[in-house]
Amino acid sequence: MIMDINPILLASAIMVASTPILLAAIGELVVERAGVLNLGVEGMMITGAVVGFIAAHETESTTLGFFGAAVGGAVVSMIFGLLTQYLLTNQVATGLALTLFGVGLSALVGQGYQATNQVPVTKMPIPLLSDIPVVGPILFRHDGVVYLSLVIVAAVFVFLSRSRAGMILRAVGENHDAAHALGYNVRRVRLMAIAFGGACAGLGGAYISLARVPQWVDNITAGTGWIALAIVVFASWKPWRLLIGAYLFGGVTALQINIQAMGLDIPVEYLSMSPYIATILVLVFLSGGRAPGSLGRIFHASS
Amino acid sequence: MNRRELLAAGAFAAFAAGMGAPVRANDKIKVGFIYVGPINDGGWTQHHHHSAMEMVEHFGGAVDFVYQENVPEGPDAERAITQMCLGGANIIFTTSFGYMDPTINVAAKFPNVKFEHATGYKQSDNVSVYSARFYEGRAIQGTLAGRVTKTNKIGYIASVPIPEVVRGINSAFIHARKVNPNVEFKIIWIFEWLNPAKEADAAKALIDQGCDVVLQHTDSTAPHAAAKEAGNVYTFGQAADMAEYGPMPRISSIIDNWAPYYIARVQAAMDGSWSSVNTWDGIGKGMVGIGEISDVVPADAKAEAEAMRDAIAAGEYHPFTGPINKQDGSVWLAEGEIADDGALAGLNFYVEGIEGSIPS
Repeated sequence: MIMDINPILLASAIMVASTPILLAAIGELVVERAGVLNLGVEGMMITGAVVGFIAAHETESTTLGFFGAAVGGAVVSMIFGLLTQYLLTNQVATGLALTLFGVGLSALVGQGYQATNQVPVTKMPIPLLSDIPVVGPILFRHDGVVYLSLVIVAAVFVFLSRSRAGMILRAVGENHDAAHALGYNVRRVRLMAIAFGGACAGLGGAYISLARVPQWVDNITAGTGWIALAIVVFASWKPWRLLIGAYLFGGVTALQINIQAMGLDIPVEYLSMSPYIATILVLVFLSGGRAPGSLGRIFHASS
Repeated sequence: MNRRELLAAGAFAAFAAGMGAPVRANDKIKVGFIYVGPINDGGWTQHHHHSAMEMVEHFGGAVDFVYQENVPEGPDAERAITQMCLGGANIIFTTSFGYMDPTINVAAKFPNVKFEHATGYKQSDNVSVYSARFYEGRAIQGTLAGRVTKTNKIGYIASVPIPEVVRGINSAFIHARKVNPNVEFKIIWIFEWLNPAKEADAAKALIDQGCDVVLQHTDSTAPHAAAKEAGNVYTFGQAADMAEYGPMPRISSIIDNWAPYYIARVQAAMDGSWSSVNTWDGIGKGMVGIGEISDVVPADAKAEAEAMRDAIAAGEYHPFTGPINKQDGSVWLAEGEIADDGALAGLNFYVEGIEGSIPS
């Protein structure tokens, strides 16, 4: 019965299952490193999911669908940006409101698109590399968004640790008063970070509605955004830990479904909770970082 | 406001209050529906809603129709049902298993409102229960699945561990084994009625493990999409025909048809003959419909399945007819013995041959 699990297919399934969480989480990581706590990830994801689905359905191009999803997520995140950065509203409350708003809005916009078929996302096997035995099918025979998500993680890592702009963003997140005194435009940096976070969340949502399922149903993201938020915290705001966390979560999720299907006599309840426990345990052992100093605090230039 | 106006207003209010009662008595009947999913989920809720709309059309302007979709099972359902009662509903249909206790609780507070709870087993003076014998449809799916599978591995996406779902798994398994002694079932529980992402993941995992037939007791079409992408995998529509995925991967379906029941019950509420009943109808009464078996199924298998459908409808064959053993090998039904409704209603074990355990 163990033979029923094909490790290559499983590893490949893990990458697909992890991608939405990874995308949403890496966006939120940048937002939080800029000192903004946006709890609206779920709302931005589901907006991306519905906008992406509609865009792909109308244009019959999944590429345009993902593009639309990123724009949709970014536009919705700007509501949060304007409220928290210009009107100085409470970030926690505004983020929660954004989630509620996004879930409702997507259900409204998505009326009429339920149960419509969607052109599946085409796989993009990478020439030569995809022919390597074992590694090829696992790593190099996915759709473009899986590669893109990994590229974004790498780019965020380089950006935050090696670039001047990344340093400025971190300075804004650590101590916005000091950054302001040095002449950096705190508000502008934060708005750009929020928009990036929105675009990534939108992409992650669209990956669910366009690639993983693929169809539109109300509330299709079903809490993925909250998991992404939790992974950012458990990864102590570091991109490579976030990658481990997201893949671990996706991995244990895919693995537990496969173990169930094998009919092993492990109570299903334990299997269902295993992704959460495994992710928390591993990331707790890895932990040691601390939150950006200005995380969640309201910035006003006069204070 | 001076005193004259005040008196006039008071008189008008008294007049209106006096008029209120007789007006309300002649008023249209208000029918409420509580749904667990969105009305266009493509499955369970959509078919309840379609049947409700047929009922509304049948009565023309005589009924006032209200509904609330996406109501979570559990305490929040109690709030939604109470709100509907306060809104003046005369009869309320709660259409998911998890609304059972909330329905009973609210019904105790509103003795004049009539309640109809789908798929549950708790009745009271103003709460009826109704369900369909879906296991009859599962017998036909099992037969077809056993015939079309080449890998002899059949996947089953199970939702919530309640007797209705367990009956379906057992019925499908018994009939798949009957036509193909080598079949093996792989069961995944997702603990939800509708979660397209989980359903898709489960379907893909089953397909990756070699299943070439995937049965589902969940409400979305996500497993069909996964099967279509994989190619040579067969699926069955659940609750709705899901014909948009035919002729491949969807080769048949179980279609819920609640309309005749809804019409009869609302009619009863209108002419005062309503009483609390326990209804459990199947293919024979038309509550369970079997969707067109597509032509990718070999002709003899199709004929065999149709013959079984007709035998069940005519009452000549019962899907749970012995000899059937329990999973542990002990005897459940002796040769020729037929399971009684009480045992079926509380079914909480797998039959012999199914591996794994039912979550408790």
